[in-house]
Amino acid sequence: MEELQQILDQALAQFSEISDEDHLEQAKAKYLGKDGSLTAMLKGLGKLSAEERPKAGARINQVKQAIEAALQDRRDALSKAKMAARLAAESLDVTLPGRGIGSGGLHPITRTLNRIEHLFHSLGFATTQGPEIEHDFYNFTALNIPENHPARAMHDTFYIDPNHVLRTHTSPVQVHYMEEHKPPLKIISAGRVYRVDSDATHSPMFHQVEGLWVDEEVSFANLKGVVQDFLQRFFEQDDLEVRFRPSFFPFTEPSAEMDMSWRGGWLEIGGCGMVHPNVLKHVNIDSEKYLGFAFGLGVERLAMLRYGVNDLRQFYESDLRFLKQFN
Amino acid sequence: MKFSENWLRTWVNPALSSEELSHLLTMAGLEVEAMEKVAPAFNSVVVAEVISVDKHPDADRLNVCQVNAGESSPLTIVCGAANVKAGIKVPCARIGAVLPNDFRIKQAKVRGIDSFGMLCSSKELGLAEESDGLWILPEDAPTGEDLRRYLDLDDNLYTLKLTPNRSDCSGIAGIAREVAALTGCEINPVSVADIPAALSDRMEVRVDDKASCPLYCGRLVKGVNAKAKTPAWMQRRLERSGVRAISAIVDITNYVMMEFGQPMHAFDADKLSGAITVRRATNGESLRLLNDQTVTLDEQVLVIADQQRALALAGIMGGQDSSVGDDTRNIFLEAAFFNPDAIAGRARRFGLATDSSFRFERGVDFSATKKCLERATQLVLEICGGKVCEAAEISGALPAREPIELRASRVSRVLGIPLNTDEIASLLKRLQLEFTLSKDMFSVTPPAFRHDLEIEADLIEEVARLHGYENIPALAPQARLTMLPDSEAIHSLSGIKQKLVERDYQEIVSLSFSDHNTEKTVCGNENPVLLQNPIASNLSVMRSSLTGGLLTALRFNLNRRQARVRLFEAGACFAKSGDKYIQTERVSGIAYGSRMNEQWGAKTSSVDFFDVKADVEALLAPAVPKFVAATHPAFHPGRSAEIFCDGKSMGWMGELHPNWQDDMPQACILFELDAGALMKASVPRLEEIAKSLPARRDLAVLVDEHVSTQDLIDAMSAIRAPYVHEIALFDVYRGNGVAQGKKSLAFRVLLQDTQKTLNDGEIEQSIALLVDALNNKGAQLRM
Repeated sequence: MEELQQILDQALAQFSEISDEDHLEQAKAKYLGKDGSLTAMLKGLGKLSAEERPKAGARINQVKQAIEAALQDRRDALSKAKMAARLAAESLDVTLPGRGIGSGGLHPITRTLNRIEHLFHSLGFATTQGPEIEHDFYNFTALNIPENHPARAMHDTFYIDPNHVLRTHTSPVQVHYMEEHKPPLKIISAGRVYRVDSDATHSPMFHQVEGLWVDEEVSFANLKGVVQDFLQRFFEQDDLEVRFRPSFFPFTEPSAEMDMSWRGGWLEIGGCGMVHPNVLKHVNIDSEKYLGFAFGLGVERLAMLRYGVNDLRQFYESDLRFLKQFN
Repeated sequence: MKFSENWLRTWVNPALSSEELSHLLTMAGLEVEAMEKVAPAFNSVVVAEVISVDKHPDADRLNVCQVNAGESSPLTIVCGAANVKAGIKVPCARIGAVLPNDFRIKQAKVRGIDSFGMLCSSKELGLAEESDGLWILPEDAPTGEDLRRYLDLDDNLYTLKLTPNRSDCSGIAGIAREVAALTGCEINPVSVADIPAALSDRMEVRVDDKASCPLYCGRLVKGVNAKAKTPAWMQRRLERSGVRAISAIVDITNYVMMEFGQPMHAFDADKLSGAITVRRATNGESLRLLNDQTVTLDEQVLVIADQQRALALAGIMGGQDSSVGDDTRNIFLEAAFFNPDAIAGRARRFGLATDSSFRFERGVDFSATKKCLERATQLVLEICGGKVCEAAEISGALPAREPIELRASRVSRVLGIPLNTDEIASLLKRLQLEFTLSKDMFSVTPPAFRHDLEIEADLIEEVARLHGYENIPALAPQARLTMLPDSEAIHSLSGIKQKLVERDYQEIVSLSFSDHNTEKTVCGNENPVLLQNPIASNLSVMRSSLTGGLLTALRFNLNRRQARVRLFEAGACFAKSGDKYIQTERVSGIAYGSRMNEQWGAKTSSVDFFDVKADVEALLAPAVPKFVAATHPAFHPGRSAEIFCDGKSMGWMGELHPNWQDDMPQACILFELDAGALMKASVPRLEEIAKSLPARRDLAVLVDEHVSTQDLIDAMSAIRAPYVHEIALFDVYRGNGVAQGKKSLAFRVLLQDTQKTLNDGEIEQSIALLVDALNNKGAQLRM
């Protein structure tokens, strides 16, 4: 029985020194193979007496199981070590930059317009568009600005020919839309407008958003409600103060200029008012039955305040160092 | 409209601070654009007389002056100004005075001599940017008087941004009336009395066009002293109204205009021949104006004439030939009411904008016209003397002041607040609007000074204004809810922009204007939409393509060391078609520089036609566009394609023509697509998915270089070989084994049937058909 203990000790010692799987399997054969030392001992059992045989057999089996268990342990350990080595060899510098194209970005004006449209959509305003080269009639006459009206001079108009202008505001869209749709109606329309003016605070081209709501019961108080709601949502500031003060636009009455509080003062954000009965008359809407309000917002001004842009001209220079800050 | 607060306060003086008054006006629709102090803060500065001037014993440039500052004994003051001399009156800052910039006057020794104050220049008092020596005051300045009081320096200068409807506030009287309405304060108007004629002479006046000039008042004043000095108070008020003082008579007419909003004119009566006539100009008649501009007139223009010639552009500007000068002895004063329609737009035609045309275009208070003539006469007598002749007053049909109906219920409905008849009545009264009331209905007669009140809405605005916009609550509207239509068969423009963003393009917004030459050469547009009044010669036409803006933006960024630039813009392009203007929304992009940002893990290579083609294809997906080689002036003729969808051209793409490349070292790829076509989409309909896997066969062929891949694909598709599901090119090869002038193209063909697995026979049959089609196009199968 001394011999059995020796075989076991030797096997365990040998296994623990082996570091690759092939050698381990060869070492296994030395003990458990056809000519293995333990196999030989099992074969020798027959020489023992019937009384000794069960005890010796049990003892040999015990050693055999111990060797097999050690073998399996070693196999597991080796395979684990092999995987660990592979993983270590395959590891990357994950801090290297990713490969492929990057992504671009939207212009801050588009970003602002998207936000404005999104907010008004939530109130059920539909979006619509109008032409930028406008007939004089839509830009002025239909908006209650007859020829020679002093308000025309205030518009610094670009002329294409005596009857066509670059629209000076988005308000003509109101007329187009009301010609084609019956009330109730609720729209906003954003786009480029043009004035003959160019310096640090004026661009010959800029963007406006026009809003129009015509229904049986919409009032000046509602106009205030909608515009105030919009500005508070746009700037994400529930206590933003909005001020309405009397003003004059030929196509609204009462008319108002809207200001918002900004750094201790007031900033003009746009104009608004109740749609003038003459404008409704032009598009055959009964101004006794229907009331409407309209507003126009300066998009650049909103974008400048929101994003901290100080020079209007930066919007149109296409400087990537400027544009990428909005991505 | 500029005015002095102190002048206004002589008319109406509410218990409000300057800031409160300014706020009140702004919130009533008379926006105060600016409010500036007339003088910065300083104190203890008095009018002083220099009694004697002696050289300082120890300093060449200094003088020792004895100065009477109104105290019992003269002050000794050391002064360095070169223009100091005995007898002049100057501002003197006494010991303890604080001047602007916190400059404190103390008793001091100047080179050994005690000085008890400082004689001041206007710069030292903060009243001028620069000044040359001491500020010499008029001889009659009262010695010892506080300078601020003497010159009325505790005043504010208001600048009103008057809206076109509020011409009634283009004079102090009108603003005072408004302040009284807003505050309930009493008005103290200047008293104007009719002046009896001292002479029986009378200028004959004829009004030929009474529709344009329904009221004309005029009067001769004889024997005036035109050289008289305009009183300081009048000069000061004019100056603070932004009006330059010229001469006493002209200043008086301007003063009355600033006081009552009624423009006036004075003619030199000795330069007139015959009766004054108000008539339309004759075609071609010419007139030299006060500003020395000579204008050629026509029948659209109203003039004041004598029997020989036109004297003045009615309501706009007087003429040089009949103007008053220093030697004028006799004057003819004019105060008229011209119909706004007869004046509107006329000044602008001649490039003019005068204080007079500003008021007449918007409407003048015709009920005060005669009074203004009296007021001017009174001032002429006071300042220039003379003898008054009989006034002429010719009147026609003045604007009718028809009563306007105002329903209390309508006021509440429009404003969204309850207002009862009592409240409305009290607001109307404050506005000096006369009315009668029966039940809910007011009948309001607009006054002559409010030309803007014509319909009910005008009155509702007045009620709202006086009630205060800030007193109308902001209320959320109530409405019946319906959803907005939302078509799935339309790609939104913002979705298209988002796709470009994801493909690494940066959006730009460029001006819609372009350069005439660029339009012609790069865009091939011979007939662009021209602007009549461009802001610059390189922005004189409307763009017909977004290409110009993208190239400008590319160059801007290359000049700022950007090596890789990918931009896009979406916007309108303009074209002329007969007498119509066509506006097309386009989406265009430009790519320049390396394919990817400089990379450790990929070789650097320049972006080329096919990179951008993939972007275009992605934008158009699921539609499959066709690219047809075609030439365009912007593009390299061998590297450009017109793009078709469903047989319709919807854009272009290509490499920029070397002609426009300038010094850009790398190729630049552009595309321009019609936004309408991009937005077209369809609602997906599911097709059955094949149960079996597709079979793949590859076909490699040799063809002549000039044969296009699309041609071969079209030929194969056209025969509609059974089971062919997809044909795509996957390799192009030139070189070893392929003859010069030829290329090898390899196509992948996928075949499948939805119901069964294909057998070899079926597959080979279809492939044979494709090979036939290729052979017909001159393509030889490579073995």
